[in-house]
Amino acid sequence: MPAHDVLIIGAGLAGQRAALAAAEAQSSVAIMSKVHPVRSHSVAAAGGINAAIAIDDDWTEHAYDTVKGSDFLGDQDAIEIMCSEAPKEAMHLEHIGVTFHRNDNGELDLRAFGGASKKRTAYVADITGQAILHVLYEQLMRFHDTVDRYEEWFATSLILDDDGNCAGAVARDIRTGTMEIFRAKSVILASGGNGQCYKPTTNALICTGDGMAQAYEIGAPLMDMEMVQYHPTTLAENGFLITEGARGEGAHLLNSEGRRFMEDYAPNKMELASRDVVSRAEQTEINEGRGVGPDGQGIYLDITVVPRKRVLESLREIVNIGRDFAGTDITREPIMIRPGQHYIMGGVKTDSDGQTPIPGLYAAGEVACVSVHGGNRLGANSLLDTLIFGRRSGEHAARRATTMAMPSVPASRLRADVDQIASIIGRDHGGRRISEIKDELGALMNEYVAVYRDEAGLTGALETVRRLQEEAASAYIDDRGTVFNQDVLGAIELRYMLTCAETTVVAAIERKESRGAQFRTDYPERDDAQWLKHINITRGADGAPQISDSPVTITQWQPEERKY
Amino acid sequence: MSEFTLRLRRYNPESGAPAYWEEHTVELEPHRSVLEAILQAKAQFDGSIGIRCSCRAAICGSCGVRINGRPDLACHTHLDAAQRHSRDGVIEVEPMGNMPIIKDLIVDMEAVHWKKIQRVTPWLIAKQPVPEREYIVPRETMIDVTQSMACIQCGACVSDCLSMEVDPEFIGPAALAKAYRFVGDPRDDQHFERLSDLAEDPHGIYDCTHCFQCIDACPKGVAPMSQIMRLRRLAGSDHKIVDANNGERHEAAFVSLVRQYGLLNEAELLPRSYAGNSPLAKFKPSAQKELVSSLPAIAKALLRRKVTPAAVLKPHKLERSDLQAVKRIYDTIEGRDERVELNLYISGYDEDAEGAATPPAAAATGAGQTSAEPGQPGQTPGGSPTR
Repeated sequence: MPAHDVLIIGAGLAGQRAALAAAEAQSSVAIMSKVHPVRSHSVAAAGGINAAIAIDDDWTEHAYDTVKGSDFLGDQDAIEIMCSEAPKEAMHLEHIGVTFHRNDNGELDLRAFGGASKKRTAYVADITGQAILHVLYEQLMRFHDTVDRYEEWFATSLILDDDGNCAGAVARDIRTGTMEIFRAKSVILASGGNGQCYKPTTNALICTGDGMAQAYEIGAPLMDMEMVQYHPTTLAENGFLITEGARGEGAHLLNSEGRRFMEDYAPNKMELASRDVVSRAEQTEINEGRGVGPDGQGIYLDITVVPRKRVLESLREIVNIGRDFAGTDITREPIMIRPGQHYIMGGVKTDSDGQTPIPGLYAAGEVACVSVHGGNRLGANSLLDTLIFGRRSGEHAARRATTMAMPSVPASRLRADVDQIASIIGRDHGGRRISEIKDELGALMNEYVAVYRDEAGLTGALETVRRLQEEAASAYIDDRGTVFNQDVLGAIELRYMLTCAETTVVAAIERKESRGAQFRTDYPERDDAQWLKHINITRGADGAPQISDSPVTITQWQPEERKY
Repeated sequence: MSEFTLRLRRYNPESGAPAYWEEHTVELEPHRSVLEAILQAKAQFDGSIGIRCSCRAAICGSCGVRINGRPDLACHTHLDAAQRHSRDGVIEVEPMGNMPIIKDLIVDMEAVHWKKIQRVTPWLIAKQPVPEREYIVPRETMIDVTQSMACIQCGACVSDCLSMEVDPEFIGPAALAKAYRFVGDPRDDQHFERLSDLAEDPHGIYDCTHCFQCIDACPKGVAPMSQIMRLRRLAGSDHKIVDANNGERHEAAFVSLVRQYGLLNEAELLPRSYAGNSPLAKFKPSAQKELVSSLPAIAKALLRRKVTPAAVLKPHKLERSDLQAVKRIYDTIEGRDERVELNLYISGYDEDAEGAATPPAAAATGAGQTSAEPGQPGQTPGGSPTR
């Protein structure tokens, strides 16, 4: 069985950055992903990466914007680390080859982004995530001697040793169906978010919350799971992402009266208020009958006010998306958008080195909750989060490896996972289809656990999720083979999604206030006295979620009223 | 909602049976994608249909397949367009070419595509000293390389590369486009070495035959062949790298023959390529030696009547006025201070084309038959709001 100092599960930005950092620190490293690394969902990050690199900018301003964006739920010590290390990380990316766009002086150009007091978003057209992801993969190819890549391997569970340390993972080679134990001194989860719990979502089909559920199953707490971000500009029909960079470049939001309604909600920042504020404003316009489109469920995003040449060179991807997926030439006419599920601020609780409360288990990127995003993430802070905490996790795990021996795992540990897969394949065709359950879950979450929430809707949603969990346990599949059996993996992913959905709904019911992405119509105010704290969900002995809370770390910015 | 029938190429390596076709009919709106149709068939009828997919929005590059015989992303192809371009109203979907099939629509990218990417030293070799902050480089250079950076490694171009079909060792369109991303990057220290390496490789830049298939295939407008041609211009015209494959000399001979005759003079092409690109150079001993080694090629050309004895004695030549027109093209292009390189990110494919029907670089937009086409029915806003 393979054994490495550091095993990384997930090969998006956080995972690849962790792998490179751990390898640089002389660790033996394996990086595993259920898709080829460049297919990871980081590829879809469009707009850019925040770093206070301008002469007139300072990381403390970036940190304050982030704290304010988080609706004061972010942990300020972690935010300070992220923002102060951002300029160095951005320059590192520049030095390894990311093709950041330049200004006329040949320096890195910066664009405006939501919730930011200055232009501080470095970018590569509107394919920034793709550019960084591909450049990191170039580095993995460069260091192919020192980093073992397990591409298209699906982790089925994390291994806990007798002392409660994480000692590796069990995984399945998707191509051959071979199951294997991977021993490791440390495991870094970097397997992304769980957007597929929602339908529609901007998230790729692979974003099924695997890492969150796997960590939860071995006792790690999930934090801030109620904080689910709706992005203000997703295609009305299918939920595809239109980058915030469009508004950063100057695009307007218009209601059915043709009015820039954001002046009613955020008179100073207008379209560039933070995402929770803009999404709520749009949803309010729609709910009050000022939406556009045949069913009044959309809002116009008008990019025609941005010079055409600028759109073609810096927003090329959304020109393509508008043309190919909405039949709209965004350089000539407004495009219909609406708020859509995009990101989860919550995840596996970690410290600022990526360590979870389970020794040997780390998490970084969207799967993790450090928490730097609190109640609402600022645009272009997610790439930064993945890279900073990916690197810090990799470095810390590498240091940890020097202090201990390789854990031993009995070969019999494989049995449970092999049996689990065999039992899924062996289910008789009596129950529901996986796809039906998944669709029902997506629609449910998008209706009751969305921009606006209330007790009745959430309680009903929880009951439905529990029913779906029971149904999923007997849902059948068609593929009985071993080579590229995507069907059986889909059944496992469905279980992960339902676990994530359950914790999100439980946390949303628990938080009886409105903060960041959680807006409770029955508790419309923010209530710092009661709720300036993180909600943690842990799996109880009976399998039911246990709720606890933990304090928010405040260093220099006391909570204040939030206005844009 | 409309009905669409898919004809999927199925292959299960565990069954021992050969590949076969299987049809499924689904109901979807016409502007939905072929991928959505396949996923619906998978969800409703048969979960064992194998296809890689993830983002659904032509960004992750997973779902490269052949649709009605042409490569594209399944998520990037509208059902109505695919049906229109099908042979018999049934949308045919099969795995990409030039790569071994693993199962159904899933091919082994590792064995071909990624191996070739690895061949071009696909990482930046940073110019020293590395600055404290960013490298100061011209604004346009970074926009320029963005076109090859936009490659999503889907393999569509590799699938239908004709040169690769003949020479499986050809580095190929995707990897060479990737190479341009470094050659064109002013921060890279190995500009000349990379060009020289790719020119000297017998399976390198001169192995491309200008067939345009890769430009047609690319769903992202990367235009791999254009990047290959730019590598050639840099290697040949700018750096005068005279390669062992006779690539640079062949190209130079070609260019000067067309200037002289207005058309290609096939009989002179090989002799001129050797030892100096002048009418007399073929009599040099070194050229004689190369000519002798080319005898099999010459014999083939004669057999296939690409070259006839009559044409050798009396090469075709254009009318004087036409010849002058050709020369004027040469003068205009060569008289420019700087070479104009078409680049999507700089030019935009239909820039300044107010209502123009034919974009100047339509090929570079991936205007293949199955691509999503402008003016498709979709979520078109019903009239612009007032501003």
